[in-house]
Amino acid sequence: MATGLSHALKHLPRQGHQSGSPPDWWTAGALVLAALALMPVAAVVFFAVDSSGDIWGHLVRTSLPGYVGNTLWLMLGVGCSVFLTGVSTAWLVTMCRFPGRRIFEWLLLFPLAIPAYVIAYAYTDFLEYAGPVQGLLRALFGWHSARDYFFPEIRSLGGAITLMGLVLYPYVYLLARSAFLEQSVNVLEVSRVLGRGPWRTFTTVSLPAARPAIVVGVSLALMETLNDYGTVDFFAVYTMTAGLVDVWLGMGSLAGGAQIATTMLAFVILLITLERISRRHQKVYQQSSSRFRALPAYYLGGFRSALAIMACALPVLGGFVVPVLVLGRLAIVYFERSWTPAFQTYTLNSLLLSASAALLALLVALFIAYSRRLNGGRVLGFATRIAALGYAVPGAVLAVGILVPFAAFDNALDSLLRRTVGFSSGLLLSGTVVAVLFAYVVRFLAVALGQVESSLEKVSPSMDMAARTLGYRAGQTLLRYHVPLIRGGMLTAVMIVFVDCMKELPATLLLRPFNFETLATHVYQFASDEMLGEAALGSLTIVVVGLIPVLVLSRMIARSRLTLGNPAGQG
Amino acid sequence: MAAPQARPRDPASAAARPLLQIRNISCNYALERAVFDLSLTVNRGEQVCLLGPSGCGKTTVLRAIAGFHPVLTGGIFVNDQEVSVPGSMVPPEARRVGMVFQDHALFPHLSVEQNIASGLREFSTAEKRKAVADMLERMGLGHHANRYPHELSGGQQQRVALARALAPKPLLLLMDEPFSSLDLELRERMGQEVADTLKENDITCVMVTHDQNDAFALGDKVGVMVEGAIVQWDTPYDLYHRPKNHFVADFIGNGVFLDGELRSASRVVTVLGDLDSEAILDWPANTPVEVLIRPDDVIHDSQGPIQARVTRRAFKGAEIMYTLRTSNNITLLALFPSHANFAIGDEVSVRLEVDHLVVFPRDATAV
Amino acid sequence: MKYSYSILRSLIISSLLVATPLLVSAAEVNVYSYRKPQLIDPMFAAFTEQTGIKVNSVFAKKGMLERLQSEGANSPADLVFTVDIGRLSDIKNAGLTQSVDSARFAGHIPKNYQDPQGHWFGLTTRARIIVASKERVKIGEILSYEDLADPKWKDRICTRSGKHPYMVALTASMIAHHGAAGAKVWLAGLKSNLARKPKGNDRAQVKAVKEGECDVAVINHYYMANMLKDPEQVPWAESVNVLFPNQSDRGTHMNVSGVALTKHAPNRADAIKLMDFLAGSQGQQMYAQKNGEYPVKSGVAWNELQKSWGKFKEDSLSLAAIADNRAAAIRMADEVGYNN
Repeated sequence: MATGLSHALKHLPRQGHQSGSPPDWWTAGALVLAALALMPVAAVVFFAVDSSGDIWGHLVRTSLPGYVGNTLWLMLGVGCSVFLTGVSTAWLVTMCRFPGRRIFEWLLLFPLAIPAYVIAYAYTDFLEYAGPVQGLLRALFGWHSARDYFFPEIRSLGGAITLMGLVLYPYVYLLARSAFLEQSVNVLEVSRVLGRGPWRTFTTVSLPAARPAIVVGVSLALMETLNDYGTVDFFAVYTMTAGLVDVWLGMGSLAGGAQIATTMLAFVILLITLERISRRHQKVYQQSSSRFRALPAYYLGGFRSALAIMACALPVLGGFVVPVLVLGRLAIVYFERSWTPAFQTYTLNSLLLSASAALLALLVALFIAYSRRLNGGRVLGFATRIAALGYAVPGAVLAVGILVPFAAFDNALDSLLRRTVGFSSGLLLSGTVVAVLFAYVVRFLAVALGQVESSLEKVSPSMDMAARTLGYRAGQTLLRYHVPLIRGGMLTAVMIVFVDCMKELPATLLLRPFNFETLATHVYQFASDEMLGEAALGSLTIVVVGLIPVLVLSRMIARSRLTLGNPAGQG
Repeated sequence: MAAPQARPRDPASAAARPLLQIRNISCNYALERAVFDLSLTVNRGEQVCLLGPSGCGKTTVLRAIAGFHPVLTGGIFVNDQEVSVPGSMVPPEARRVGMVFQDHALFPHLSVEQNIASGLREFSTAEKRKAVADMLERMGLGHHANRYPHELSGGQQQRVALARALAPKPLLLLMDEPFSSLDLELRERMGQEVADTLKENDITCVMVTHDQNDAFALGDKVGVMVEGAIVQWDTPYDLYHRPKNHFVADFIGNGVFLDGELRSASRVVTVLGDLDSEAILDWPANTPVEVLIRPDDVIHDSQGPIQARVTRRAFKGAEIMYTLRTSNNITLLALFPSHANFAIGDEVSVRLEVDHLVVFPRDATAV
Repeated sequence: MKYSYSILRSLIISSLLVATPLLVSAAEVNVYSYRKPQLIDPMFAAFTEQTGIKVNSVFAKKGMLERLQSEGANSPADLVFTVDIGRLSDIKNAGLTQSVDSARFAGHIPKNYQDPQGHWFGLTTRARIIVASKERVKIGEILSYEDLADPKWKDRICTRSGKHPYMVALTASMIAHHGAAGAKVWLAGLKSNLARKPKGNDRAQVKAVKEGECDVAVINHYYMANMLKDPEQVPWAESVNVLFPNQSDRGTHMNVSGVALTKHAPNRADAIKLMDFLAGSQGQQMYAQKNGEYPVKSGVAWNELQKSWGKFKEDSLSLAAIADNRAAAIRMADEVGYNN
C-alpha cells in the first residue's frame, strides 16, 4: 500500500501543461460541420437577395397567396391529424390494457415505412373511378358515369391531408409513447388515488407532462409536410414547395424560386424554434438506481376494448395494410414489365446510398452533440440549431443550394489546376454521388441530432466528470461511456435516417450522376406519367426495405418493456 | 520523504506538507461572480470540508479543483505544481484527482467490478485484478462484484463510487455532497465509515456539503462558505464554540442571541445576568453586544436564577430540545437529558453556564 | 466508408476522363435529356450498333438548365434533348449552346422547325389536338382552339396544368395570333369551362373523358398511339374522336421535340454524328414507328394510326416566335388563376 502511494505521489499530472487556451478540436470541428450544413441554405438566401426583376411582384400578386394558403391548410390539417392519431394510439397502447395491445404497440409503427407519395399513388389507384371501390359502388347502385354520383376526389387538399396524416403520425406516436412510458409512476398513482378517472388523468397529468415530446413529434411531421413534393405534385395541391419548383424550373427564375424558398424558411424557423423550446422543457436525467416499476394500467372491458382495438387498427389498416395490398396486386400484375436488371441496380443504389448517408449523419450528429455537451455555450448552441435547418429545407431547394457551390468549387479547382499544373480535374463533386450524399446528410442531420441529443441528455453530467477524473480524455469518454449508454438512440437515428433517405425524391432527382437512378426516382418517373402499375413494384420495394428498420425498432420496443428499469435498453 | 510507515497523524505537525493550495481564486458561474478571492490549504492526509448553503459557491470551488471550471484570478497548486491559473488549466484527466458525486454517477452498463476498474487503465491485468479485489474487500463489496448498479442499494452504490474513485490511488479525493441521497440513518453510518477509511489510508480529501453533520463527521478542518467566500476556516470544535462572526454562529449548531452590554474587558451584562469571559473583549465599555447562548449552555437548576416556561419541545431520543420563554420574555433553547420530561407550559428554573463566551458587537450585522 | 470511396472513385473517373483523349478511347456522347429514357434509348442503341459510339444519358424532368449553367466549361454534356420548344429556346438564351451548320440538315429539317442561328433543331413534331367523347359530342361540334372558350362547353373540358410547357406553347401561339389581350380573354374563357382543377398528364385527361367527368380534352397527338399500346388504357383512347383544330384557318398548333449542341461539348464530332443519325431516315423512321410522333423529315412513312388520321394543315408559325411569347403565357396562366 505504501509503495503504491509513494508510486502515485511521485507521478504528478500525466501530461504537460497546456499553455494558453487549448486548440479545442471539438468546438472547431462542430463549427465547421455546422457551417457545411448551412452552406446550401446560405446559397439559396444569397440567390434570393440577388434579385430577379419584377418576378417577386408578379408572384405576390398572383400565385404566392395561393401557395401560402395551401401550405398553411395542409400543415394545419396534417398537424391535427397526426396529433390526434399519434397521441391517442400512444396513450391507449401504454396506459390501457386490451387484447392485442402488445401487438399494436409495434404495428402502429408500420406506416413509417411508406413514403407519402407512394401512399398517394396507392390510394389514387384504389379509389379512382376505374378502381375497385368505385367499381363496386357502380355495380351495386347501377351508376354509369362520374356524373351519376358523388365520390370524394382523392387528388385534392383533403386527400393530401388524410394520406399524409396516415404516414406521418408514427413520429408523434413514437415520441408520445416514450413520454408516457417515462412518466412518474408516483404522480399517476396519486392522481388515481385522488379519484381522477382515466380521461382526467390523461388530460391533467399525462398529456401536459408529455407535451414537449408531442410538440417535437408534430413539428417533425410538419417539417416533412412542408418538404413533400411527390404527393402535392401528383394531387395538384399547389403548396409553396410545388410553387417553388414551378417558379424556378417552369418559369426559369432561380431567384424567384429562391425567394419563395426564403419565405418558407420563415415557417421552418418557426417550427424549429417550437421544437427546441419544447425539447428544453423535456430535460430529464436518467435515474441510474431506478428499479422496474410498472405503470398503473386501465383495464378496458367489452365495448371499450373493442373501441380501443378499432382506434389502433384503423391507422395500421389505412396507413399500411391497404396501400401494401393495392401495391402488391399491381406489382404482381405488372411484374414482367417491372422486374428488369435495371430495376435491381436501382435497388442496390438506393440501399448503398441510404446506408452510407445514415452512418455519416450519425457520426456528424455525435460529434456536434458531444461537442455541445463538452463546451456548452451559446455559439455551439446556435451552431447546432443551424445544422438542424437542413431538415426542413425542401429537397429541390437544397439541391440548388448544393449544386451551385459544388460546381463553382469544381470549376475553380479545375481552372486553378489547369493554370498551374496543366491538368484538368474535371468535375469532382457536382454530378457525383458525393453531391447526393451531402444532400442526404444535410437534410437528415436534424433527425440524427435530435435522437443523439435527447439520448445524451438522459445521461447525468456527473458521469462525464467521473470518467474524466478517472483519466479519460473527452473523446475516450464518448466512446467508452456515452456510446454504450446511448446505443438505443443511435440505432434509432440510423434507422430513421436510412428510411428517410430511401424515400427521398426531389434532391435525388436533381443531383444524381449519369445513369444513376434510385428506387424513388424510378417510381416517381412512372407514377407521374400515370403509369401506376409500373410504379408498383418499385414502390413496394421501398416499403419492404423501409420496413426492416421499422421491424428492428419494433422489436426494441417490444423488448424494452421488459427492461424499463434498465437505462441502456430503452430506445 | 520520511520512512513509509511514519505517516504524520496530526496534520498540524511540522512533517505535514500542503498537498493542495488554493491562492486567491475567483470564479464565475453563469456570467456572475460565484467565488471571490478564496484561499485555502490542505495538507497531506487531511480531510477538509467546505460547508455552506446552496448557491454559496462551494461546488464551483470543487469543480475548479477538479479542472472542470476555469479560475479568473489566483491559482490552484497541487504539490507545488500549478494546475489552474487564469488562461491555463491542466485538464481533469491529467490531474489524478478522484471524485465522488451525489448521484454516484456509476456507469450503469458496467458491473461493480468493471466500474471499480475503470480508472485503472495503466495497470497491467494482474495489477488491475489485485487492486479491484483489494477495493472490493475493503469496501465490503465482495459479494457484489458482478452485480450492476441498478441492483444495489443506495449505500452500496455509494461504496462502489468511493471504491472506483480510490482504486487508481489519486492524489486527492473530491466529494460533492456524497451522502445527500442516502437516508438519515445510513448517512450517519456511511459518514463514519468513510471517515475511517480515509483516515486509515491517509487519503487527502476535500468535501463539499450543506449538511453540518456530514461536515463534522469527516472534516479535520471545515470552511464555512457564504456568497463565494470562506468566512471561517477552523476545526469543527472551534467553529461550534468559537465562531468568528454572527453568520457562523447562527449557521453552526443551534442557539439564540442574547442582547447585552459590555461592562468591562471580561464581563458582559445581559437581562439574564452577568456573564464572564475568559478572552479579552477588546471593545469600548458599554458597547452594545450580543451573546451566543447554545442549548448546552442552559443548565437545568431548580435553584437557578432564571424562571422560564416551556413553549415547545422536540424529542430527540437521549435528549429533549426545549424552547423556553423566560419571565422577562427572552426565548432560549435548552437541551436537557430526556428523563426530566417537561411538558409544554411547565415552569422550569435554569441557569446559564457559558464556558466559551461568544460575543459580537451588535451593530455589526454584516458577516 | 462509402464517402471516401466515392470521392476516390470520382478522382479516378476524373483522371480517366482526362486521360481519355490521350489514349485510344471508347468514343462516347453524353446526353442530358428531358425526354424519358424509354423514348430515346432505342434510337441510341441503334446508333451505337451502327457506329460503335456509346451514348450515356441522364434524364431529368427539371433542373437541367441550372445544372448546365453551374457545370460551366466542365460540363460533360454534349447534347441536350428536349420535349418541347420551351427548353430549347431557354438554353439557347442562356448561352449554353453552340451553332451547327444548318446546311447539314437541309432537306431533313424544315426551316420553321429549327433555330434561325442553328442553335437548336427540331427532330419530331407533335400536334396539340382536341379529343371529344364519342358518346356526348357530335362530330363537328367543336372545330378550333377558340371554340374551347365558348360558354356552351362550360364544365365540360379537361386539360393538364396551364403552366405545363405543352399548354404554355399553345397559349403562346394564341398570343402570337390574337395578341396578349385576346389571348387572355380566351384563356380565361377556357379556364371557366374546366370541369375540374387541372391535374394529371394528357392521358389522364382522356381517362377523365372516358369516365364521364368531362367531354372534351386537349392532348398531344402521340398519346393516342401510346394509349392503344397499353391494354388498360385502350378503352380510354377508344372512347374519343380525334380532331385537328383550326383546319379551316391557320392550322393546328405544332410543337417540336429537339436537340441542341452544348457550348462546351467535349465530344463535338461524335455528337454531331448522333444528330445526323436522328435527323436521317432511320432515326426519323424510328420516331414515327416507336413513339408515334410526326417526323420532321418529309417523306418518312407514318405509322398506321397517323395514316388513318390523314394529312392535316399545320400552323406554319415559326417555333422561335412561339418561344418568344412563352414568358408572357406563363404569367397569363397565373393571372387568370388557371390552376386554381
